Amino acid sequence: MIIKGGTVYDPTNGILGEEMDISIENGKVVEEAKKGDVIDAKGFLVMPGGVDAHAHIAGAKVNTGRIMRPEDGRQGLEPKTKLLRPSTGYTVPNCYAMGYRYARLGYTTSFEAATPIIESRHTHEELEEIPIIDKGALTLFGNNWEVLECARDGDIDKLAAYISWGLRASRGYGVKVVNPGGGEAWGFGGNVTGLDDPVPDFDVTPREIIRSLMKANEMLNLPHSVHLHTNNLGKPGNYATTLETLKAVEDITSSMDRQVLHITHMQFSAYGGTGWRDFESKAPEIADYFNKHDQFTMDMGQLIFGSATTMTADAPLEYANARLLHAKWSNHDIELEESSGVVPLFYGRKMPINAIQWAIGLELALLTESPWKILMTTDHPNGGPFVNYPEVMTLLMSKPKRDEEIATLHSLVPKRSILATLDREMDWGEIAIMTRAAPAKILGLKDKGHLGIGADADVTIYDLNPEKIDPSKDYKKVKAAFSLAKYNVKGGEVVVKDGEIVSLPRGRTYWVDATVPEEHAQRVEADLVDKFTKYYSIQKSNYMVQDAYVTNPMVVKAGVI
Amino acid sequence: MIIEDVLCPFCGCLCDDIKVEVEENQIVSVKRACRLGSSKIRGHERIKAPMIREDGKLVETTYEEAYEKAAQLLLDAKRPLLYGWCSTVCEAQKKGVLLAEELGAIIDSTATVCHGPSIIGIEEKGLAGSTLGQVKNRADLIVFWGSNPSEAHPRHAQRYSSNSQGKYTPKGRKNRKVIVVDVRKTRTAKNADKFIQIKPGTDYEVISALRMIIAGKGDALPEQIVGVSKADLEEAAEMMKSARFGSFHFGLGLTHTRGRYKNVDNALSLITDLNSHTKFVVMPMRGHYNVTGFGQVCAWETGFPMSVDFSRGMPYFNPGETAACDVLGRRETDAMLVVAGDPASNFPKAVVEGMADIPVIQVDPFENPTTYLSDVVIPSAVAGVEVEGTAYRMDGLSLRMKKLVDSGYPSDEEILENILECVRRRQDDN
Amino acid sequence: MVVLLKTIMISGRTLGQGATCESKTSSEFFKATSFCSLSEDDYNYLRIREGENVLVTAPSGQVVVSAQTDEGLPSGIIFIPMGPWANVLVGPDTGGCGTPQYKGIEVEVEATDMKVKDVRELFADLDKAERKVRS
Repeated sequence: MIIKGGTVYDPTNGILGEEMDISIENGKVVEEAKKGDVIDAKGFLVMPGGVDAHAHIAGAKVNTGRIMRPEDGRQGLEPKTKLLRPSTGYTVPNCYAMGYRYARLGYTTSFEAATPIIESRHTHEELEEIPIIDKGALTLFGNNWEVLECARDGDIDKLAAYISWGLRASRGYGVKVVNPGGGEAWGFGGNVTGLDDPVPDFDVTPREIIRSLMKANEMLNLPHSVHLHTNNLGKPGNYATTLETLKAVEDITSSMDRQVLHITHMQFSAYGGTGWRDFESKAPEIADYFNKHDQFTMDMGQLIFGSATTMTADAPLEYANARLLHAKWSNHDIELEESSGVVPLFYGRKMPINAIQWAIGLELALLTESPWKILMTTDHPNGGPFVNYPEVMTLLMSKPKRDEEIATLHSLVPKRSILATLDREMDWGEIAIMTRAAPAKILGLKDKGHLGIGADADVTIYDLNPEKIDPSKDYKKVKAAFSLAKYNVKGGEVVVKDGEIVSLPRGRTYWVDATVPEEHAQRVEADLVDKFTKYYSIQKSNYMVQDAYVTNPMVVKAGVI
Repeated sequence: MIIEDVLCPFCGCLCDDIKVEVEENQIVSVKRACRLGSSKIRGHERIKAPMIREDGKLVETTYEEAYEKAAQLLLDAKRPLLYGWCSTVCEAQKKGVLLAEELGAIIDSTATVCHGPSIIGIEEKGLAGSTLGQVKNRADLIVFWGSNPSEAHPRHAQRYSSNSQGKYTPKGRKNRKVIVVDVRKTRTAKNADKFIQIKPGTDYEVISALRMIIAGKGDALPEQIVGVSKADLEEAAEMMKSARFGSFHFGLGLTHTRGRYKNVDNALSLITDLNSHTKFVVMPMRGHYNVTGFGQVCAWETGFPMSVDFSRGMPYFNPGETAACDVLGRRETDAMLVVAGDPASNFPKAVVEGMADIPVIQVDPFENPTTYLSDVVIPSAVAGVEVEGTAYRMDGLSLRMKKLVDSGYPSDEEILENILECVRRRQDDN
Repeated sequence: MVVLLKTIMISGRTLGQGATCESKTSSEFFKATSFCSLSEDDYNYLRIREGENVLVTAPSGQVVVSAQTDEGLPSGIIFIPMGPWANVLVGPDTGGCGTPQYKGIEVEVEATDMKVKDVRELFADLDKAERKVRS
């Protein structure tokens, strides 16, 4: 097919608002298509399909959210049609709604933010049922006993071998680290208080865990860097921990053409103050650091007012949330590996803390000079559901819209955040970077997020004329257009037309198969045999995710050279 | 040939270390399984062929005819109910949900006569839980409340709880204290360090009293609380608060008695209270090996874990209105498909009466009282023995069941796929 | 003179019931689920003669089961393994939550010379083989 004459934004290839044709053949962008349909895109905005680098879309935590929140299931109900299965849920949609709603937004790829190795079968069962989009999952490594022991011993070779094994066992794509050390401490109800607070019974610090995992990650030449949820997330004053964490790894270099560390949902880690009373934004300090250092990236973790379901491997945080808010509380500690918590909550405009949190996310994006360094996310559904991405995009593009929102918020906001003073308005190119080009680059997905020759033919056409429309003034129109794509082309197939789903292709599941020297693989094997014999509650032979659970894989090779 | 690390298809323990010896496609011996699992794996007499009831008699027929008849009966109904699901694998459960969607039927699992109230309790309060390996490695205090694993989950104690050994519990039973609360002294109670006997239907009051004591408000309590001494409860509370890691396992003693989900709600709240003092986890002792699996599949597909009514074209969930016993009890159901369940035996007889005058289709390997009420009987392969597939353990961990022997029978998944095809063809014809 | 015991019935899982639940038409299942246990005191109170059974009556129905003692039971509770015999006594009310109340049913128990029905006989009034079925 040929998408003719659209106004194309393909920042990876330096194209920012050029009228051009996109030719597609066999699911890929080609120089010139020999045959096929023509879509007349003249006067419309054309971008690569959206790429979501961090959302909780599949697995045990998400399903716990569904099970404990029937009140959420009753929202967002859409009946079945000839083509579509029913949709349910707002913050925790059912699997079909996940796929349909991403597609309608013009997204074509989404990655599950955190899967514990032993429960990855469940993650993949859900991923398999999400239609249309390509997907993957990041595997949790920040609290596994084997990781803690390797980090304690400084044995990076063995750690790399364990990561290789863990990615295969979970069919995972990258190394996710959440509150390193804290998840293990939570096993007996504790937590870690900072980078140098040793993990009980393991004689290793979060600093050592992070550094070791980063070194092993680079040794393995993995497509993505370590993806980190910092210690002390959610606590007033935690920006100090965030900066300390970054400084702690400044000396580590990336083995690939990408960042060496990605810090996720930075909004939750950019807090000043000493308590909730003097809580304030430290986004300027964080953004300043990122402006001065090119080897780090982050994503926003923007708040959306209304209902949210927090779900994270930061279990002690969730317990604290539940106590503070008197909310229902689910917890799930996972033997030898991780912990997690799920707590529903509501973000209110007149709640001073929430209003400041909302401002912080936007501040971070507007103060970071290069949009390549900061992705647009809401840490779905922690900050808010992904269906609200157009809200965030238009807030970034329109100062008048921001002013209108700020006027509805608690009066403390201007005292604790400088958002109201920021005039910057992102343009189409910067939005295309934050939602397509940068997430693909940061994840190391070479064929995603751009429309160069050889890229996957994932193309979105929005009902917007970049020449005529002013996103600063007409933000309502822009939001509406971003909410329902005029066309979503996935792998060369039209999946959405005028906001309606017209086709349900099956997406692929990306996972990384990394090789390591046999010697180290054997040492890990010996440790695993020991752990399964003594500590796990299941047999080693039943542990790995089997082929039956990943029926449309996209295997990315990596490994120690 | 010995097949190692077989998963047992009986109870929610989902033990995965069973050794099965197979000779010439026959199961010859089963090692390590408890009496329940061993019996299931070894097998029982099977329904030989599909049957359709004609003039009162069940007459043998072909699978194709049975599928057609089943599809016709379900399509002719206005309010069909698809029930069972817990003794089969997720792959079959998924087909069940799809069939319910396309028929506009109600789908419900055996959870609604078992731990359904636990699900409702979790919807009120959440579940502060963990995987079973955490209990094995860390728990120095274990509470069984209204649960009798000695009879219902025989290997639980040794593999996961009271007698298990782990990293922080190398001495096994000696590293632990076990508290049992029940209305009678069960086998489980005999192995307890502390047994508290309560009167039937008083769990809610006793839990409330415990919570008061734990919150330091015990002075407001009388010396006797519904027949239990305050001193006894104070001792139990002290054992719980001073544990390093406590785990609380509850069973039908909470879900089947007066109060039902409110008992569970209170127990879940107790655990949350305890977490202010020390680390505590709670988990329901799920009965069947894949009842948890149905809840998971149904939740990610429909947003709700059980009792889902598709008659509006989208999922509607309201146990008390849409559960199997509700609709059968109100005589609203006018056709029923039973897969991997035996409602005739397990529902109150007054509810089973609702099955007597409606067409019933049974998909099961084994004959049982539901067969006496069935109009179409379709024998299936035994999941976990003759069919591989996914199951979820009581703590939510998913594992893959193995296929040990071939059988001539189609799997539940295959049968449902066929019925679905017949339904779709008939719907297209109209 | 018939001695009537007013007591509470609970039903539940047992090893025997679990081991035979896939062969519900077998004599092993019959033996495992068609009895009730009573405390020794309650058993003696009923003056059950050799070869007699007990008739248990609840608001929802009545059933004949054999009787045995269980030292773990206090006086005032009888236990019947979960299954068709116990469920004759369980009412249809789901308490607004979908789950019937299988434990804590008020019943009256008396000795009887009536036989325990086998599983087929138990369902005779509902068995479609015994009734004219509307097609």
